[in-house]
Amino acid sequence: MASLKTLLARPWIWSFVGALLVWLATIAFTGGYGAGGMVTAALSLAVFTVIVGVGQMFVITLGPGNVDLSLPANIGLASAVAMKVMGGSDSMIVIGLLAALACGAAIGAINYLLIWALRIPPIIATLSASFIIQSVDISYGRGLQIKPPPGFADFTNWQVLGIPVLAILTVLFTVGAAIALQRMIYGRSVLAIGQNIRAAWLAGVNVGRIRFLTYTLSGALGGLDGALLAGYFRGANVDIGNEYLLASIAVVVIGGTSVAGGKANVPGVWGAALFLVLLLTMLNTFGVSAGVRLLLTGLIIVGVITAAGGEKAVR
Amino acid sequence: MAAGNTNVIRPSGAEKRSGAANGDIVRLDGAEKHFGAVRALAGVDFHVVSGECVGLVGHNGAGKSTLMHMVAGTLTPDSGAIRVHGGIEESYSVSRARQLGIRCVFQELSLCPNLSVAENTRINHASLSGFGWRRKAAELIAAKLDEIFPDHGISAWDIVGDLSIGRRQMVEVARAFTVTQDRLDLVILDEPTSSLDAHTSGQLLAFVRRFVAGGKSCILISHVLGEVLRNADRIVVMRDGKMVASDAAGAFDRDRLVTVMGGAEARQKVAAAAAAKPEARPLRVRARPAGQTDGKELVACAGEIIGLAGLAGHGQTDLLLRIFDAAARAKAGIEVTAPVALVAGDRQSDGIFPQWSIAENIGIRSLARLRNGLLISPQREAELAAFWQKKIGIRTPDMNNNIFSLSGGNQQKALFARALGSDAQIVLMDDPMRGVDIGTKLEVYDLVREEAAKGRTFLWYTTETEELDNCDHIHVFKNGRIVANLTRDELTEEKIIQSSFGDAA
Amino acid sequence: MSATPIDTGFKGSAARNAAARARLLRGLLPALSLALVLLAIAWLNPRAISYFGFSLMLNLAIPIALATIAQMFVISGNELDLSIGTFVGFVGCVTATWLKDAPLVGVAILAGSIGIYALLGALIHLRNLPSIVVTLGMSFVWQGLAILVLPKPGGKAPDWLLAIMSFKPLFIPFPIIAALLIAAVVHFGLMRTSYGVILRGSGGNPAALRRAGWSLLKTKIVLFALAGLFGVLSGMALIGITTSADANIGNGYTLLAIAGVILGGGEFVGGRVSPIGAVIGALTLALAASPLLTFMHIPPDWQVAANGAILIIVLAARVLISRRER
Repeated sequence: MASLKTLLARPWIWSFVGALLVWLATIAFTGGYGAGGMVTAALSLAVFTVIVGVGQMFVITLGPGNVDLSLPANIGLASAVAMKVMGGSDSMIVIGLLAALACGAAIGAINYLLIWALRIPPIIATLSASFIIQSVDISYGRGLQIKPPPGFADFTNWQVLGIPVLAILTVLFTVGAAIALQRMIYGRSVLAIGQNIRAAWLAGVNVGRIRFLTYTLSGALGGLDGALLAGYFRGANVDIGNEYLLASIAVVVIGGTSVAGGKANVPGVWGAALFLVLLLTMLNTFGVSAGVRLLLTGLIIVGVITAAGGEKAVR
Repeated sequence: MAAGNTNVIRPSGAEKRSGAANGDIVRLDGAEKHFGAVRALAGVDFHVVSGECVGLVGHNGAGKSTLMHMVAGTLTPDSGAIRVHGGIEESYSVSRARQLGIRCVFQELSLCPNLSVAENTRINHASLSGFGWRRKAAELIAAKLDEIFPDHGISAWDIVGDLSIGRRQMVEVARAFTVTQDRLDLVILDEPTSSLDAHTSGQLLAFVRRFVAGGKSCILISHVLGEVLRNADRIVVMRDGKMVASDAAGAFDRDRLVTVMGGAEARQKVAAAAAAKPEARPLRVRARPAGQTDGKELVACAGEIIGLAGLAGHGQTDLLLRIFDAAARAKAGIEVTAPVALVAGDRQSDGIFPQWSIAENIGIRSLARLRNGLLISPQREAELAAFWQKKIGIRTPDMNNNIFSLSGGNQQKALFARALGSDAQIVLMDDPMRGVDIGTKLEVYDLVREEAAKGRTFLWYTTETEELDNCDHIHVFKNGRIVANLTRDELTEEKIIQSSFGDAA
Repeated sequence: MSATPIDTGFKGSAARNAAARARLLRGLLPALSLALVLLAIAWLNPRAISYFGFSLMLNLAIPIALATIAQMFVISGNELDLSIGTFVGFVGCVTATWLKDAPLVGVAILAGSIGIYALLGALIHLRNLPSIVVTLGMSFVWQGLAILVLPKPGGKAPDWLLAIMSFKPLFIPFPIIAALLIAAVVHFGLMRTSYGVILRGSGGNPAALRRAGWSLLKTKIVLFALAGLFGVLSGMALIGITTSADANIGNGYTLLAIAGVILGGGEFVGGRVSPIGAVIGALTLALAASPLLTFMHIPPDWQVAANGAILIIVLAARVLISRRER
């Protein structure tokens, strides 16, 4: 009983409960039809939100005002870069992935360079950067119709016993992220900066380097996500990352990470990502119109945060 | 001149209240307060009569703040009654307290940094509105500042965020004494001089005496016992949530106060306790303040305790921060030869990580040494915390509790543990004893001397002259420059004051 | 006052004057940025500096300025509104449909939407919610409602609105007059009235405000309601110019409005905002957006990039100027 209580006291548990409820509501509607397939599909799609969500989580944990708005543009550009480098050839998959990672990391580094050199709020820096990246992508990716190498497309869609392999790998990645957060100097430093940046500096934390690493990490994860998305959806596309701006922020916060910084939650990112994906599936299954779907999505986000709220946040 | 404000005749409403005749402004009977399992107040009877200044002393965590929050209406007692002007208050609150003429200057500043001095005044006076309110507010606060701190040099249109912390405190105090429609009978001053230098402190305390002489009342909370002894009419001593003494100020002296407070015994000046140290010691820090034009510089060797003295905010902290920065990357004019740690004076803004446990707050400076392979070892972290809990006496049942479960003095000890538990051979102290109780202070002084004897170097900025007794060398600062170098033997309060106020332009 | 104050603090008059001077210069920076953009336009195309040129170039400045002011109110209270863009779009759709066809219903809907903004303020305060997430959710809500009101681009602005927005005063183009008016009214309300002080104080030190007996719930409701009001004005002004609506018409305004507040010298926390700066920031963005780029013959692929570059250049100039001052 006591362990159940401590479990329920953890903020991230609610995102999983929400995901479960949405799933149950949907299979109740379909009469149980497609219950398993829905989980498989949800896991496949949630992966992409989780990967950028973890990067966004580290950024948001750096404290008030820290957020990476350049993720959608980053994902778009990296997807194009990955497809171009791979050039449809299986032998180039690893090189292409590395190119996408490098492209994303470079974007992240530039983001921090702007924040540091211009001393502007990250919201504005990453926003300005995203305008530029978007143009580079439009120009670079114009008419780009390269399909992913068959091996890569198969890999991103590969399932074992109905469980996407990519999801398993992502679970391993998130476990690593959770360990890095709590047990490594990097994670501790991020948490310290998020609570009080000045105190962190005075306690010997190398604030500049940690922030640089965090924005670079977020960028690199965006780049990786772009490559994987291009593989999964069989092609790059300027708009491929658009939904991940709001989604990456939403999963971080619904997952129990404090927007005020200094407190992060990795499992919650998974729960929230599954919740959002299943929610869309549910609304599609119910066959509602686009307007109603948006309306309900919004209301549910507000409702969830209201129910889970009450946490002290600077904003 | 707004000086007349303090002498206004009490509104007629007061006489109608029964019991006003005995002169009580506020009276608490059997006030109790629990925070969870902790009993913060254990049945305290406390009162203030008009025309007296009550000094309130006690260690941090003795219950002074809790008691004052009740008088000010920000906390409600669990049991016990509160009477104001003789009448029982059933639903007492901050706004009710203000109506009844009771105000409090809290320790943490309650000004809005983004607003001007006049606008901040407006916030405390609902009646300052309508046409011409800005002029009225400006005149009100300017007159009060002139009255309390005649040479304050603050304009009503200065943005508070642009003012030094001392000036902010002056504004805060002056604002508490401004009067518009509401009456004003009692002002609670919680550590009002903590950021003021000797000159402005004197002005404030003289004003408090005038205020009290005009028939009003004050409660003065201060860790500077001399201030309380000299300025209070009656002194109330608290300890462990109880009132342990209440007597005319004349009945106390410093030693008796310290004894009643229950701290370590008052002790004499640590007269040259340190035995002659070996001469040739390695150089640790050589630093020259940015504005220094003559050859004076700060030099610290291993095992030395160097004091940075002078009036508050004359460049001592700036120099410490520059030395701290120079340890990470080379800076012109500063030489640092060993790892550096800093003990912050402003705990909230420079020291504490509010979401973390005590152990995590201590460990953050030593993460690299707490690692086992790539990962931080929870066991080593706990060991480090346990070692320092014992060594420095952090009073808590569990070092995994949140840092805010500690009283202010114990939080400060945790910050000391963070610095002393690290690999730093140079420890910078930025007036860390500000507002800390005397028991904690004495324990830390011993520890600092002990660590120095082991070879650590301390650079100690302090606003409390008696702390300088612990230092081997003292540098007096004025306007960002070192104006005097004193050895401990040469040190007297007069010398420091002389240098601080001297015309060494 | 004594004539010669003895300086007892190191951070005395000199340091304080420096701080005040830096603040003054920071206050002037938005105007300098605007002047810079104007100079660039004048250099590239001198004919644009005319009554007609300004009317054309600043056409969209009024709705952008109004949306920026809305965002500024929210930022004053240490919150952020990520839904203002879709809200402007929603208002636009209502303006082009209900407000024209059934004015009373239209007015009621718009008043109700301001009420929803006020409720959001209350909700955020009472439940202590992070406003970026709540408004993120609301951005979906407004977009969904906009699509429900106007599934396909179309509708028509009410005639009176068209008449107002195409007003051509003597000598000074209407957008400039409107911007001056907006800046003056909001500056007076927020910076000069006694309740404006409380609103800004709620961003500066909320705990102190509560202790002084003010209701933070009320300040937050008022700030959000004002944001809603100016969002409504922005949406109506926008439709008055474009004459017809589209559910996505305001989407870009969220980020433009944030950028405008920041360009105008505002800060995200601490209640440090400037209505005049915000309006100037909005004008700078409105000018820097399309007209300047067209004059510079920038290909359409790179127009978005040029937008970002201009934002960066202006902010970099700001850093340079304030660094030299220090």
